[in-house]
Amino acid sequence: MVKRPNTRKIVAKSYLYLILFLMYLPILVLIVFSFTKSVELGVWTGFSLQLYKDLFANDSLMKAIGNTVLIAFVSAVVSTLLGTMGAVGTFYARRRYKKAVETATQLPVVNAEIVMALSLAVLFKSLNLSYTFWTLLIGHVVLTVAFVYLNVKPKLVQMDASIYEAALDLGATPWYALFKVVLPEILPGIFSGFLLSITLSLDDFVITQYLKEPSFETISTYIQKIVVKHPIPPEVRALSTILFLVVLGAVIAITVYNNKKATKVATMRRK
Amino acid sequence: MKFKRKYLSFPYVLFLICFIIIPVFFIIYYAFTNKGGAFTFDNLLKFFSDSTNVNVLLISFVYAILNTVICLLIGYPLAMILANKNYNRSSVMVMLFVMPMWINFIIRTSATRDVLNWIGISTGANSGLTTMIGLVYNYLPFVILPLYSTMLKMDKSQIEASADLGANRFVTFFKVIIPMTMPGIVSAATMVFMPTLSSYVISDILSEYNVVLFGSYIDLYFNQADWNFGSLMALIMLLLIGISVFISRKFSKDETGGRTSLW
Repeated sequence: MVKRPNTRKIVAKSYLYLILFLMYLPILVLIVFSFTKSVELGVWTGFSLQLYKDLFANDSLMKAIGNTVLIAFVSAVVSTLLGTMGAVGTFYARRRYKKAVETATQLPVVNAEIVMALSLAVLFKSLNLSYTFWTLLIGHVVLTVAFVYLNVKPKLVQMDASIYEAALDLGATPWYALFKVVLPEILPGIFSGFLLSITLSLDDFVITQYLKEPSFETISTYIQKIVVKHPIPPEVRALSTILFLVVLGAVIAITVYNNKKATKVATMRRK
Repeated sequence: MKFKRKYLSFPYVLFLICFIIIPVFFIIYYAFTNKGGAFTFDNLLKFFSDSTNVNVLLISFVYAILNTVICLLIGYPLAMILANKNYNRSSVMVMLFVMPMWINFIIRTSATRDVLNWIGISTGANSGLTTMIGLVYNYLPFVILPLYSTMLKMDKSQIEASADLGANRFVTFFKVIIPMTMPGIVSAATMVFMPTLSSYVISDILSEYNVVLFGSYIDLYFNQADWNFGSLMALIMLLLIGISVFISRKFSKDETGGRTSLW
């Protein structure tokens, strides 16, 4: 009986690591075989950085990476502006208005991407608009803007409602009060909404596929076009390693940052 | 005109109306008209009179249900272990389980296929199995976060009380822990079920087009420029989403699931 908690712990930990291993297996295989020259996956022909050279020499893939980052960044900035203004304005509006906006905000959150993509495609076609960077941008903002709104809203709710009025009483103009008093309070929500927008946009395939200019490729559409008929191109293994490291770095940095913030708050409370 | 803070929301509201609400009306319009633009129920009748269409929908339901159940069966104990201080104290560990979500989805999915083919599970010969594996791979991270966060909030004293009152582990689990984590289970299920139904790339890549889920089917018609029929199916998808949102709201107060927040 004494030994039992230990066995349970071993079983629990093994389960944890087994699932973790299985979840990362495909990406780990890509990473391992990114360091060899072989075109075929699973064949090791000695250590080589050739695939990384190939990656940087592949102009269309490099262009696709640039496009992916560009659309993610621009759409995240637009969504953050629109979503933040939407959340702030709606927060101070009457109840019926608020309810209507919030119901509409739920639509892109629950809706299937293919339905959103298709409905926008039908709209643009009906208006005889051809697909350009702007149609794609609208698609990505549709995908992400509601999430900014939903990240900013709780910060407004938590905020002390009287500080805006206090600023006005002390002689601040409405704009000054919004920028100097309200904005700092909701900044963490704006920031996490921005980050979420970036990640959603970077990963997007469906909306991009429907609304992009035919010659405009992102990482997702570029690779999808190849992998429907062929295995993953060898240089994409090198790209996967780089993406993995970037995401891992970001995740660790943000987790550590959040933990530090949490401990800081905890120690401040204790004082 | 005096400045009102409400005005700040006008660009956002205008955007919602133009690009989220009006497009839905366009879908409704196309679904109930023919190519010439005349009002008709033909698309609706065509959908339900052809068994191929209905079968695609039914098969998609089977895959979506299976995927939801498997993800919950794997994810539930995992979230329990992660939330238990005796087994895990690291928040980085939790993030590691969620991280695959942020590695490009097309790369992840095709990597799964290539590795399955490499170890001898051919996507051509075992399409059903490989599609299922691909779906579980893709949606597992989405169930872990909502389950984990409800388990953190769980009232531990109720579990102890249940044990003190003589319930064994089995009874405690089914009568106390499961009901307490129901909001997490519901929001995890909604994050898997509908997205599986409407998914369109995973089954294409992992089954070499042998398994067609509803999302792929809509795409197929739309690419053949049959917008009217494609729009009708998109409308059916939208109605199904509406129904599932309605059902999940009844079970859970957590309106938006785990997807609205990054961490």
